[in-house]
Amino acid sequence: MPDQLIFAMEVFLNGLMAGVLYALVALGFVLIFKASGIFNFAQGVLALFAALTLVGIMDGQVPFSHLINAVFGTDIHHFGWHVPALAAILLTMVVMVALAWAVNHFIFRHLVGQEPIILFMATIGLAYFLEGFGDIMWGADIKKLDVGLPQGINTVIDEVTYGIFGYGFFIDNLDLWATFVAALLVIALVIFAQYSKHGRAMRAVADDHQAALSVGVSLNFIWVMVWSLAGFVALVAGIMWGTKSGVQFSLSLIALKALPVLMLGGFTSIPGAIVGGLIIGVGEKLFEFAIGPMVGGATENWFAYVLALLFLVFRPQGLFGEKIIERV
Amino acid sequence: MKQKLMATALAAAMVAGPALADLTVVDTSYRTGPYAANGIPFSDGYQDYFTLLNERDGGIGGEKINLVECETGYNTEKGVECYEATKGEGGGALVYQPLSTGITYQLIPKATADGIPLHTMGYGRTSAKNGAVFKWVFNYPANYWDGASHAITHILNENGGDISGRKIALVYHNSAYGKEPIRTLEELSKKHGFELTLLPVDHPGQEQKSQWLQIRREKPDNVIMWGWGVMNQVAIQEAVNIRFPMDQFIGIWWSGSENDVKAAGDKADGYKALAFHNLGDDYPVYDDIQEYVVDSGNAAGAGDQIGTVLYNRGMYAAMLAAEAIKTAQEMHGTATINAAQMRDGMENLEMTEEKMAALGLPNFGPEFSVSCENHGGNGFGAVSQWNAEAGEFELITDYYQSDQEIISMLVAEDSAAFAAENGIEPGC
Repeated sequence: MPDQLIFAMEVFLNGLMAGVLYALVALGFVLIFKASGIFNFAQGVLALFAALTLVGIMDGQVPFSHLINAVFGTDIHHFGWHVPALAAILLTMVVMVALAWAVNHFIFRHLVGQEPIILFMATIGLAYFLEGFGDIMWGADIKKLDVGLPQGINTVIDEVTYGIFGYGFFIDNLDLWATFVAALLVIALVIFAQYSKHGRAMRAVADDHQAALSVGVSLNFIWVMVWSLAGFVALVAGIMWGTKSGVQFSLSLIALKALPVLMLGGFTSIPGAIVGGLIIGVGEKLFEFAIGPMVGGATENWFAYVLALLFLVFRPQGLFGEKIIERV
Repeated sequence: MKQKLMATALAAAMVAGPALADLTVVDTSYRTGPYAANGIPFSDGYQDYFTLLNERDGGIGGEKINLVECETGYNTEKGVECYEATKGEGGGALVYQPLSTGITYQLIPKATADGIPLHTMGYGRTSAKNGAVFKWVFNYPANYWDGASHAITHILNENGGDISGRKIALVYHNSAYGKEPIRTLEELSKKHGFELTLLPVDHPGQEQKSQWLQIRREKPDNVIMWGWGVMNQVAIQEAVNIRFPMDQFIGIWWSGSENDVKAAGDKADGYKALAFHNLGDDYPVYDDIQEYVVDSGNAAGAGDQIGTVLYNRGMYAAMLAAEAIKTAQEMHGTATINAAQMRDGMENLEMTEEKMAALGLPNFGPEFSVSCENHGGNGFGAVSQWNAEAGEFELITDYYQSDQEIISMLVAEDSAAFAAENGIEPGC
């Protein structure tokens, strides 16, 4: 088999893994858009805030310590304990649910019935607020995140592919774990949305707020639930991306990777986010591999957005999105 | 009533406003946003040194330093706004340290028109080294092209002076900053016969799988990195993942702080980065900073960054600015210098080992001198290496000079093009 084909197979597999990571971010957008019609500009910051909170809890960091020290002249930074990863994840989820409640109570409850652009602008404000709040709460330094996920080359795949092709494929163990977790997450979300009472209520709200209200569905509860779910997805994305790069404020920029995925997969489809992520991941990696060297490289972002643009022209609702037909 | 209001306003202005005679220095910092982790230690170091001079020495030449901080968020537009908002502070800002190549490019024409010097230490427009063209811009003690040459010289030294046929890859941020070393490396490649591979990384650099898979396939002997922010952490982690030998991986000085190796942890041990100043906190000046700045509650930050790579760099920048102020005061026989006199001080700055030792910073930076023709110093730099066990970068070489034959040629070429484009008549 030609070397270039073998290399392309390795690139293809790594593209799939990268796509899963993109899809993890896109999922949070889909959940909120599906249930409330809000394009949540703050989803990237939500992932950052979740990861910051997780590391802070794990390391026993005192929240707002810089502020407390500046105001009271104290010198406190840590509680002196270390919380195990699983317990810290659960505690972080409690924080994310509280945040979801606060977001709904202080912002979106007051904006029911407003134009989508107003809701979108509110999420821009929320993004800036959360970024600053996270900074004051946990500090701006880069934090190492280690929840016990393995990183580095998967030696089994390396050896097996070496035996077959005479070239060992590189697959990162962390990416394999991300794929496994994303698969579980999507299955759980689909089952929840299709078969649970609250999931059906969520879909009813998504279809028609007023009709859902008229049959007794609590809009407030559903929105808090959806923002909590988005917070959970953000936490998972934050763990995966934060393990790679350390938890730092650039994490909020991962939202940039989700936008083309959403345009491709559709803003309202959970499977669409996954399929869109995989297509973008594989497409951009193969394009960079095959065409990149001819045009100077760094084509990945360009490719992702151009592909998304093509979909906007020919299939604006994305692969799995709902086609909106308005009768006049 | 109107008179009362005016009197109150005047009294308030007299209390709150800075004295016009103060020496105003602006710190265009970034303590927020994606690059805050790097901006905070630099700004802390920059401010703490001036605070030390105010608290310990009563300022410089008897004049207090009026330090003005303006938050840029590492955003070019905000950086320009900061410049416009602060250039008139306290009788006029003496010098700007933009700490961003993007902001620097925007400020070069503005500062030139306003007559305010810029010090772009180890960043910015490299050909500003030519003071005959860039009268108001200084980039001593080293610039990007010096850095590229330092990296190659180090590889040469490690390989007995022969790197012909060797494969060297440049992983760089796909921006004007990241592309800076390419021309120099291409020239050095012709001179020394190594094969250069260019691997651009899209902003911000969180996803670099394609580049590191290519490195794994093509097996370069050395990788040089021109990154900033999250790109550095991800690149070092990916290098660990593909088991690239860390001691063959060299970053520019903006890819060589504790922040950059934190995510990879112990596995980053051996990673190298260039440096144009020394590291650690084992210098007498730090005792003074602790006593006069931190313990007295005057530190710019939490006091927890002292001795880190970027804190040292910020402090070094402040020290060079303070020495230029002293030079200007001596030249013009006045303590209350203006921006034009500050420029003269910068252009006649001479840093010797004796001077640095007297400041409590022995062997902290290379010796260099500035002149009208040479605003970039002598192009000396060193190599540092991450010691994971000790948790610090350590200098592993002496300071050595960049390839002046190539750098001078490139500086002359680029600055001449700038002069022609902008109708500047070079001259000293």
